[in-house]
Amino acid sequence: MTLSVEKTPKARHPLPEPEESDALYEARKQIYPQSVSGTFRNIKWGLLVGGMLLYYFLPFVRWDRGPDQPGQAVLIDLANGRFYFFGIAIWPQEVYYITGLLILAAFTLFLMNALAGRVWCGYLCPQTVWTDLYLLIERWTQGERRERMKKAGLPWTPRTLAEAGAKHALWLLVAWWTGGAWVLYFADAPTLVKQLATFDAPAQAYIWIGIFTATTYVLAGFAREQVCLYMCPWPRIQAALTDEWALNVTYRVDRGEPRGSFKKARLLREAGQPAGDCVDCNQCVVVCPTGVDIRNGLDMGCIQCGLCIDACDSVMTRIGRPKGLIGYDTDLNVDRRAQGLAALKPRVFRARTIAYMVLILGVAAAMGYSLATRHTLGVDVMHDRNPIYVALSDGSLRNGYTIRALNKTGSARDFKLTLDGLPRGQLEVLGRKSSGALDVRVEADQTLELRVMVTTPPDATPPQSTPIKFVLTDPKTGEQASRADFFKGP
Amino acid sequence: MVDHTHQDIDAATGTPTTGHEWDGIKELNTPLPRWWLWLFYACIVWAFGYWIFYPAIPLPGGHTPGILGWTSRGAVNADVQDLVRQRAEFVSKIEKASLQEISADPKLAEFARAYGRSAFGNNCAPCHGSGGQGAVGYPNLAGDRWLWGGSLDQIAATITHGARSGDPEGHDPTGAAGMPAWSKMGLSSQQIEEVAAYVASLVNPTNADVSAGQKIFAENCAACHGENAKGNAEMGAPDLTSKSKWLYGSDKATIVETVANGRAGQMPAWGAKLDPATIKSLAIFVHSLGGGK
Repeated sequence: MTLSVEKTPKARHPLPEPEESDALYEARKQIYPQSVSGTFRNIKWGLLVGGMLLYYFLPFVRWDRGPDQPGQAVLIDLANGRFYFFGIAIWPQEVYYITGLLILAAFTLFLMNALAGRVWCGYLCPQTVWTDLYLLIERWTQGERRERMKKAGLPWTPRTLAEAGAKHALWLLVAWWTGGAWVLYFADAPTLVKQLATFDAPAQAYIWIGIFTATTYVLAGFAREQVCLYMCPWPRIQAALTDEWALNVTYRVDRGEPRGSFKKARLLREAGQPAGDCVDCNQCVVVCPTGVDIRNGLDMGCIQCGLCIDACDSVMTRIGRPKGLIGYDTDLNVDRRAQGLAALKPRVFRARTIAYMVLILGVAAAMGYSLATRHTLGVDVMHDRNPIYVALSDGSLRNGYTIRALNKTGSARDFKLTLDGLPRGQLEVLGRKSSGALDVRVEADQTLELRVMVTTPPDATPPQSTPIKFVLTDPKTGEQASRADFFKGP
Repeated sequence: MVDHTHQDIDAATGTPTTGHEWDGIKELNTPLPRWWLWLFYACIVWAFGYWIFYPAIPLPGGHTPGILGWTSRGAVNADVQDLVRQRAEFVSKIEKASLQEISADPKLAEFARAYGRSAFGNNCAPCHGSGGQGAVGYPNLAGDRWLWGGSLDQIAATITHGARSGDPEGHDPTGAAGMPAWSKMGLSSQQIEEVAAYVASLVNPTNADVSAGQKIFAENCAACHGENAKGNAEMGAPDLTSKSKWLYGSDKATIVETVANGRAGQMPAWGAKLDPATIKSLAIFVHSLGGGK
């Protein structure tokens, strides 16, 4: 993790020993983040609690869709091929709504990144949120950074064993609950909870709970910052999307350097010599969940969670210096400060962010419009290929079609099927002849396949190909769906 | 990888380089975390599991079977059995219901059509075509001209017992009642030409005098095809007034050939090969192609 973009030329870290750097693999440096309190920590706690409440309890929110329909507000019904989101029911052929949602999510991520860098990483990413929760449990059971480090270097005692046991038990409990909540999105939650409790749930439920319990336990308990550093592609993609106007967590080199102890700085100031505000207390490093020293400049390991800002601000307050030695700042201002120029206010509206906003609003508007005006009925038509047409004994011409009528509502409906564009054409569904409309009853949330014949009488000689249209109408609401096709002749 | 004698250390990061250089751009030698290595070893251990649990090592006369006893054929069979279980509900309904009951129930009929369609593709399509369009000598099942009748029950009977198949319950089991070769039954070439001209005129009216042929028809052909030439499904005698496509062709030359040499198309009896639910579904599907009456 040494691909930092900017570093003070006089690196404070001693250069690694050549023998050590020869190694192809390096041992993990265990990180023991210290707890911290402050504005950004509070924001993170708020998001953690809000996000987890949403994740764990959303499956239990009910939504009435009518009798015999699933009553769960958010449900991914894989068996029946439906995705329910409150009042919206998405069918498999409407998967473009999911695509639209993913596009919206991507652009929102890009916009967040253009405004304030890795906000996602630092505040919202499940890896960060669950790691935070796991660290909280670690602190409850094994104590603060110093104690944990001390215990790690000592042989096991009954007391430390009990603490470690409690930690892992709580971790597994959280992991199990995480996996358990996941499967609730795929089946009726209250029913599944009962089934799980009585060991009547389908095997897949237990398998998926097992998988998610294991991944949560391993990723949040053990892998932690290694996920951000070595597994996640987003930091690499993010680096290509950022610009000099994006806010990043930065150390104010101009204010902080030359760093030194509080006492030394006071003496220097009394002597009228320059002294930095940084007292080299290392608090920004010990609270960092990824082990970064932010004073070395922008680092790929930095998830920009703002905890070092909280740590530094509390130290600055205590020593009576202004806050903000570490704070959100743009690369542009880092450069300007280095040149002794005044910092510029961050600009929210610039070509890049406006473009993202326009795209987000455009996609959201298109999806909203499409959802608001989408049909609750549908008709699909497939013309017979072999034979394309049939001459009947009396000389009339017939074409065969397979038509599928869709009813996307929670109650059975009676539709009328009519034919446009072939005035003398007769419509027939398996023996029911009619020159007008055909009655089609489709059950709630179902489709119905119909074998439909269109026949023209012997004295009508239609051209080789006549464009026609099948229209499905709900006479009660007047809602219509239609599908164009052809009537073929010799 | 690393040039041990001339260790080149990048000034900005303090990290040694691999010694590779492209136009002044050097590659930092950043070590991977060791757990990646352990993950790699774990994958190798995992791979050994396949040798133990699955068929793996080829040996003379076979291979190691693996302790799970897994085979690809077994997996396919399990999938097929799974499918049979999924379909069991509908299939048992079809077994119990009559053809009329099936076609009156939209959902059951939809299943029967789909079930019949796949059976049709496996068994019937080679002769009758993928969509039942037929070919010369093989009836078009999407038309309305039926040799042995086009009702649901007639279609099911024809599928079960066949025609000229040797099945005693089938149509014309011995083939004795097929279209005879009239050139060997006393009709002269002249007479055959005359009757063919008459039959051709039934579909394509002509001003020419066909009364001689009509007389020959009444004396020889009407016994099976009927006085009005409308055919007879009991005997498999086709309707000769139909403007639908004929089995062998309705032009005069083909009719002459048919009358002179006779015809006796065969349809195998499928009753022994297919189970009742499949035959019922086939009947529903064939009926739905449009030809059913």
